[in-house]
Formats: sequence, C-alpha cells, structure tokens
Amino acid sequence: MNAPAYNFAYLDEQTKRMIRRAILKAIAIPGYQVPFASREMPMPYGWGTGGVQVTAAILGPADVLKVIDQGSDDTTNAISIRKFFAKTAGVATTTATEEATVIQTRHRIPEATLHDKQVLVYQVPIPEPLRFLEPRETETRRMHALAEYGLMHVKLYEDIARFGHISTAYAYPVKVNARYVMDPSPTPKFDNPKMDNCAALQLFGAGREKRIYAIPPYTQVVSLDFEDHPFEAYRFNAPCALCGAENSYLDEIVTDDKGGRMFVCSDTDYCEGRQAAGHHGALSAAPYKEKAHG
Amino acid sequence: MTAMIEIADAKKTFTMHLQGGIELPVVSGVTFNVNPGECVVLSGPSGAGKSLILKMIFGNYRCDSGRIGIRHRGAVVDLATAEPRQVLNIRRSTIGYVSQFLRAVPRVATIDVVAEPLIVNGMARADAQARAGELLHRLNIPERLWQLPPATFSGGEQQRVNIARGFISDLPILLLDEPTASLDAANRAVVVALVAEKKRQGVAMVAIVHDDEIRHLIADRIVDVTSFAAAA
Amino acid sequence: MVDQAALENDQPLLVAEALSKSYGRIAACRDVSFSLYPGEVLAIVGESGSGKSTLLQMLSGQLTPSGGQVSYRMRDGVTRDLTSLGEAERRFLFRTDWGYVHQDPAQGLRMAVSAGANVGERLMAVGWNHYGRIRDTASDWLTRVEIDTARIDDAPRTYSGGMRQRLQIARNLVTEPRLVFMDEPTGGLDVSVQARLLDLVRSLVAELHLAVVIVTHDLAVARLLSHRVMVMKGGRVIETGLTDQVLDDPREPYTQLLVSSILPP
Repeated sequence: MNAPAYNFAYLDEQTKRMIRRAILKAIAIPGYQVPFASREMPMPYGWGTGGVQVTAAILGPADVLKVIDQGSDDTTNAISIRKFFAKTAGVATTTATEEATVIQTRHRIPEATLHDKQVLVYQVPIPEPLRFLEPRETETRRMHALAEYGLMHVKLYEDIARFGHISTAYAYPVKVNARYVMDPSPTPKFDNPKMDNCAALQLFGAGREKRIYAIPPYTQVVSLDFEDHPFEAYRFNAPCALCGAENSYLDEIVTDDKGGRMFVCSDTDYCEGRQAAGHHGALSAAPYKEKAHG
Repeated sequence: MTAMIEIADAKKTFTMHLQGGIELPVVSGVTFNVNPGECVVLSGPSGAGKSLILKMIFGNYRCDSGRIGIRHRGAVVDLATAEPRQVLNIRRSTIGYVSQFLRAVPRVATIDVVAEPLIVNGMARADAQARAGELLHRLNIPERLWQLPPATFSGGEQQRVNIARGFISDLPILLLDEPTASLDAANRAVVVALVAEKKRQGVAMVAIVHDDEIRHLIADRIVDVTSFAAAA
Repeated sequence: MVDQAALENDQPLLVAEALSKSYGRIAACRDVSFSLYPGEVLAIVGESGSGKSTLLQMLSGQLTPSGGQVSYRMRDGVTRDLTSLGEAERRFLFRTDWGYVHQDPAQGLRMAVSAGANVGERLMAVGWNHYGRIRDTASDWLTRVEIDTARIDDAPRTYSGGMRQRLQIARNLVTEPRLVFMDEPTGGLDVSVQARLLDLVRSLVAELHLAVVIVTHDLAVARLLSHRVMVMKGGRVIETGLTDQVLDDPREPYTQLLVSSILPP
C-alpha cells in the first residue's frame, strides 16, 4: 500500500495562490482584514488552521520553520504543527529563533529581536477588534472603512471607569500605519511594543473567521490609549528564576501544593539560550526537564 | 406712514367644518390707525369681534382678506401676508399682547414667566429678574409668591402676572385685552399709571375695556367695532 | 444670546422641497415643502399613518426620497443636497451637527455601556483623547439633564424610562448640534415624567438656540415646544403655520377635528 503523497506543504497550488493574493493585499493595506476562502485543514477550527494556511502558502523548500505555542516549542500543538510541516513539506525545523526564517506562533512574540529575513505568522481566533462591542459584521466593516473608531475608545473608557486603569491585558488593540485598528491576536500587551517598526514581516491568519491581515516591515504600530492614561509596557517584579532575564515575559509555574511557585521565561528558546550562555537565575533547573521531541 | 398700526379692510369669517360647514362671518371692512403714544379702545357689545380684531393684529388669528400694516423696525410689514418667521420676529421685537386670561407654560416660576420676554431678547437672567421683581412689586404680588408657578393663583393675581409680563419689555406696540377685568381699585390704578407711562414712551396701544371709568382714563380714541360687523 | 438683526438675516438651516416617498402604489408622503431656520422648532403633527415618521426619516437622511429633495446648510455655510453627501460625510453629520432622539431610548443608546461612555462616545468619535476631560464633560451633561452624576458609571439598563430618555438627549447634545430631530420623545412615558422631559427640552432648545423638528401626535406637546406646526394626514400637509395660529384658528376640517379632540384640562 502506498503512503499518501502530499503536495508541498499540504495545500494545492491553486489554494496557495489564492492565499498569497490575500496576503499581498493585506500587506498593501496594513491592518486591514482581507477575507479569504479558508480551507478545511486536518485539524479542527480553534487549533491554528489560519496560521497553518498562511505558513503553508509562504513556505519554500529552503525555509527553516519554528513553531511556538505560548512561547514554548514543546507544547502539544507546537509539536503537532511542526511535525505536520516536516512531513508535508520536508522543510528543516528548529527551536532557535535566530535560525528560523518562518516562525508560526500562538499568542506570543519571541523575545529575541526579529530580523528582516524572517516572517512571523500569528494564529488569530477573532480578528475583529470591535466584535464584542458591535456584533454586526456589516457595521464593523463600515466602521473600518470610514475609520470610525470612537467605539474602541468607549471600551477603554469603560475599563478606566470600572477598574481605574485600562485593564485589557492581552489582545490589546493597536492602530496600524495610523489608519486601521487591529487586534494583534491574544498576545499579552507586554508584546505590543515589539510589533512597532519590526524588521520582520508579520502575517495574521484566522481560519474559522476566514480573514488574513498583515503588518509590513518597519510599520508604525501604536497601542490605543488616552492622553491621561497612556499605554504602559508591563513590567514584572522579579527576573526569570532560571536565567535571570529581566525583560522577558514570565510564566507562573506552581511547584508544589503548599503555594510554592516560580516565574520562568515563557519563551523557552530564549531562556535556554541565556542559560547556555552562562546566565543563571535564583533556581538552577526547571522542576522537570522535558525530553526533546523531534 | 407714521402710524404704528394701519388696518385696511380686514375681514374674518369662521367656517365650522365640524358643524356641517356653517360659515360665521364676524367682521369685515375693519379699518383704523393707531399712532405712537396713543391708546385706541375698541368698544362694542360682547361677541362683536373686539378680541378677534386684537388677535388679528397679533397674528394669532388669520384674516381672510385685507391688510394689517405694522411698522416694524422702521419698515411697514403686512402681517396678513407675512411669513410665519416674520410674524415671530415682529412679536419678539414690536408687538406685545396681554391676553384676557393668563396663558403660561406650566411649572415655570412667576418671576421667570415675567422675566422671559427680556431674556429672550438677550438680557442677562439676573437683570431681567430684577426688573420683573420691580413690576411685580408695583402690581402688589408679594415676594413669597414669586418662585411659585402662577397656575394656583387667584384670577386677579394671574391677571397681574400677565400684565407684568406684557409691560416689562420696551415693545412699541401693546395690545391689551381687558387688562383691569379682575382687579380691585388699587390695582386698577396701577395699570392706568402703567398705561400712561407707556404712552409717554411713545408706545401705540389698542385696548379692550368694559369699565367706563377706566376707558375714560386711558382712551385717546374710541373705535366702535359694531361698524365692522359683517353681514350674516 | 442672539443678535436680533442677525436672526432675521439668517439663511435657512434645513430646506425640504416637494418631498415625497412612495412604496409602489402607496404614497407614504406627498409633496412636503418647508424651510427651517436656526433656533426654530417645527412640530409635525398627525395621527398614525399620516406619514410623519416617513418624513422625519427623509429629513434626517435615513431614507431616500422618491421625489423632491432635502438640503442642509453645513457649518461652512454651503447648502448641500443630502443625497449628494458621501456616506462618510452623512454619518459624520449625524454624529456631530445633528441629533436624533428616538421614541424608544434603547434604540438611541448603548444599553450595556455606562452612561458616561454613552455621552462621551460622540466626543471620542471626533477625536477627544483625554479621559479626564471626556468624563468631566459627560458629567456636566448629566447634571444638565438632571441625572445624578453618581450614576455616571451605571449602564442605562439600570435606568428608568424617563432617565434613559434624558440620557439620550444628553448623548445627542454633547457635540452641540445645530439641528435635532425628535421622534415622539415623550411617547410611552408617565405623565409626570413627560412633563419633566418637556420642560427640559424646552429650556435646552432656548438655551442652545437649537433648530428642532419634532414629530408628535400630541398637540399639547406641539403647543408647548414649537413655533410652527405642520399638520399631516394621509401623507399630505393639511395645514401649516405658527403653532398658535393653527391651534387657535384652525382652518382645515381635519385640523378643526384634531383640535376639538383634545381633552380639556
């Protein structure tokens, strides 16, 4: 019996052309949500089908692919998607951020600064930043077309009125190229500044909602705020327990059932890289060490 | 024309559509003038059309034909054919009307009812209220009533509020419908004095008064309305 | 306040010429013409099916006329045919220079968002970017419409009908519009609540020199608020003139019928 033969990166060439056209349009109009004919993928909606389709459309045989989920290369989803492309495209894969040419990510931006030979592909659940305030698609499309974004500020106003500060911690809305308001996907607001003037191309894919959007390299991305409540980058109180990094986004790990916890870099590659370079934090090792998976 | 009011051949017929379209001609051929500083009193029996003529001069009732010339800001305007906007302007700056019964917006305090004509024309609220207070004093309305809406006042008190409101601004034409009807002797005297002051200021007035004594005191001329009675 | 001479030289703010609207053979509105000047209140009075709501929709650019046109004098002094405005322009006008008060306040408010945000939304839509100032302005307006400022963070879902309607008015007036459309603003409210609302509208109209087109079936509302009134029946204007003229000296049979139907107080 023959093993199934896949087209390169799973999708047929016509589909890739369709997606690439959508991507080109998205790059031409930074922050604008381009509808596309999202295909049925061998994974359900909600598991990164949008990101996978974008990656599949842009991957070439010489590319080196990195896949992370919440900053980690080792979670189930990251591994599954990496294996998927290894099998259907035969491309080289890596966990090292600087070596990758295409990085597909769920809900985090890597700590290492990206360079201009890289593409960052985000997985997006709900692309429309106004969706929870205005449920009608007809109305939100009009609002984007006419740049009527007062409602977005209403949401921020409500936060301040209710909590005393803008409480949005992730999926913090941004204005791209001084025109479109965009949802950066559920990345923590900590990551928002990395999107601004980034050397890499940033692509966003939402499979279930069938939208693609993009931020070309070196584009202005500004987080929405009020003059008297400006956007503040989040700062942690303590460095990473393993590598001592002070500027990276930390995960909280519960270590025992007596309330013990440790704060560790969410970006596993970044943390391991620092430890290999000799940086150490307060604790010498993670409570358990993952066996590296291929 | 030097007269403030010049009515020529005005005619009014009511058509009662709800009563089968009966036509009630009331007045026709109404013609008279009123000069600045003079008070013309309309006389005639009840139902002859005195109030009607007064209301036609104010533009409240429309006339079917004829001319109602008003000297407004130096130019003559025919109220019978004027645009609604013009009529509003004329009422704001030229003609004042003191009706027989007070018709005030409910829930507004007496002092504000009286001050309103001044405020509408640009005076500051505090100044307007001060002027209103002076007039109310003269008309013997006690200060404790000034913050209350006039709806609960007696007929005489309401009428005095009405008069205060009518006399407070400096309009060159005043129309008075029974200004002393429900008043006692003391207050009647106040009204007569107010009318005399207005005459000295050159205001043209048309009034309806039933009381012979008052009529003698304020009328410069009497126009008998029965001469304008329309043939039935 | 206003300069008298300037008042009389004003150009009309809103002009309707031979407006009509038909749906197939049904003529909802026929041949309506009038001019509205700054500071004037025009009441459109009629019973159900008279065409008054259709007329209001056409005047506010929400319905395209089948015939005739509506023109509005923009802030720059140029009078434009409403249908010649782009959608962006019309929506902008609707949010800044115009107000529209719905009969049902829930249609004119965001019920799930706080009162302060409701009033502040139009400001944010025209670029206000300072939370403190937006909140202060919203608070001011709540006071002006007699809503306790302690309720500024409550959603209108928690408000009574009269409060919601007053909030709707504040929301509309915060950008200092020159023209306000009102569709039966007191419909469905208790009598005492109506009275309070009418008093408020009356004083705001005078204070802000607003031009208003108000649709109502209630002649008492027309008498209280309006300078001019247009009586409609079957899509046509039956009679028009100064409010006191039309209500005290009604000429047309239908007007006489309407006026005689008012219950005496």
